[in-house]
Amino acid sequence: MSVAAEGRAARVTFGGAMLAVMRKDLALEWRTREIFSATVVFAALVLLTINFSFDPGQRAVEQMASGILWVAFVFAGMLGLGRSFVAERENACLDALALSPADPGAIFVGKAAANLIFLAVTEAIVLPLFAVLFNFPLGRAFPGLVLPLALGSVGFVGAGTLFAAISTQTRMREVMLPLLLLPVSIPVLIASVRITGTALAGRAVSESLPWIGLLVLCDALFLVAGTLLFGHLLED
Amino acid sequence: MTEPGLGVQDRMDTILRKVRNVTTPLAGFGLVAAAYFIVAYAPEEAEQGIVQKIFYGHVASAWASYLSFFVTFAASALYLWKRDRAWDLLALSAAEVGVVFCTAVLVSGPFWGKPIWGTWWTWDARLTTTLILWLIYVGYLLLRPFAGEGERGARFAAVVGIVGFLDIPLIHLSVRWWRTLHPKPIVMNAQGPQLPPEMLTTLLVTLVAFTLLAASFIAIRAEIERLRDLAAMLRRRAQAREGSR
Repeated sequence: MSVAAEGRAARVTFGGAMLAVMRKDLALEWRTREIFSATVVFAALVLLTINFSFDPGQRAVEQMASGILWVAFVFAGMLGLGRSFVAERENACLDALALSPADPGAIFVGKAAANLIFLAVTEAIVLPLFAVLFNFPLGRAFPGLVLPLALGSVGFVGAGTLFAAISTQTRMREVMLPLLLLPVSIPVLIASVRITGTALAGRAVSESLPWIGLLVLCDALFLVAGTLLFGHLLED
Repeated sequence: MTEPGLGVQDRMDTILRKVRNVTTPLAGFGLVAAAYFIVAYAPEEAEQGIVQKIFYGHVASAWASYLSFFVTFAASALYLWKRDRAWDLLALSAAEVGVVFCTAVLVSGPFWGKPIWGTWWTWDARLTTTLILWLIYVGYLLLRPFAGEGERGARFAAVVGIVGFLDIPLIHLSVRWWRTLHPKPIVMNAQGPQLPPEMLTTLLVTLVAFTLLAASFIAIRAEIERLRDLAAMLRRRAQAREGSR
C-alpha cells in the first residue's frame, strides 16, 4: 500500500475512537466488576455514616434527602473516577493512547461516557437503598429525578474524568482528585441538589429552570474543555 | 528540556526587570497615597463607623486576586499553545500572588464582618465564592510539586488554571442564587456607582495601588523563579562536566 493509502486505512474517526474506548472500559468492568462493587459498597457506607452522624428523624430526612443522595453520589463517584485511569497507568496504556491516531478528545469523551455509565449504575442501586434505609418513598418523585441525576452526573463525570487523568499521573493521587474536583464541581453540586430537592418535594420542574440552565452550562463547559485539553494530558 | 539561553527567556528577563523597576516604586507610592486617602480623606460611614474602612483594602485585594488569576488563565493557555517555559513562569507567579491576595480577602472579611454582622463567617455568596476560588488555586499550587518535575507539572497545572478560571462565573452564579447576605453591590450598579464621591475616589486610588502592587509582586516572583531555573541549569551543567571528566 502507498503511504497515503496506509494513512487512510489507519485513520480513526472521532466516533469510532470514542466507542472503542468506551467499549473497552465497559468490557473491562464487566469482567472484573471492580469499580462497580467498590462504589456501591462505598455509597452504602456513606449512607450509613450519615445516618449515624446526623441521626435524622423523618422530618429531617425529608429536608435533607436530596443532599444525602448527592453526598453519596459525589463520594462514591470520586472513588470510581479515581479508578478509571488505573488500568491505563499500570499497563503503560496512556502512552499507547497518546501514540494512537485517535483524537485525544475522542478518548476523553469515551472515558467520560464509560464513567457516566458506571456512576449511573451506582445511582440506580443507591436510590432504592436510600429509599429503604431512610424510609423515604421515591416512587412518585422518580420521573422528576431523572433529569437532575442525568445532568448532574454528566457534569461531575466530565470534570472528574479530566482531573482523574491528571491525578492518576501524580503522587498522592487519592488526595489530588478530590482536591481538584470538589471545588470546581460545586456549581454542579449546588444545582443538582436544588433541582433534586424540588423534584423530591413533588414540585414542578418549571421552578428549577434557572438551575437547569446553569447545570447545562456547567456540563457544556466541562465537556468542551475536557475534549479540547485532554490531549495535553496524554503526552509525556 | 531545552536549556534557557538567548531568545525568549532572556527577553523575558528584560521585560520582567522593566516591569519590576516601574511598578515597584509606583506601587510603594500608591500604597502610601491609598493609606492617606483611606485614613484621612475618606469619611467614616454613618452606620458602620471606622470598621467600614476595611472595605477599601478588602475590595482592592479581591480585585487584585481576580486580576492575578486572569493572568494565570491567559498564561496557562499561552503555555499550552507555545510550550514556552516563560509563560509557565508567569502563570505560576500570578497564581501565587493571586492566592496571597485571596487570603487577604478571606482574612479581612471576617474582621469587617464580626463587628457589623456579628459573625466571623457566613456562607453568603461573595465570601463563599472567594473561598472556593482560594481552594481551586491552592489546588493549582499543590498540584505542581506532586505532578513531578518541570514540564509535566506545568502542563497539568495549565489545564487546571484554565478550567478553574472558566468555572468562576458558574461558581459565582450558583453560589449567589444559593444564598446572599453581602451588602448589595453599591459600586457596580445599574444606576451607576452609589458610593459618595470621596469614598469612590478612595476606592479607585486603592484599586490602582493594589493593581500596581500585584504587577510588582508577579514580576518579582517570576524573576525569582527564572533565577531558580538558571541555577538548576548551571548545576546540571556543572554535574555534566564532573561526570565527563
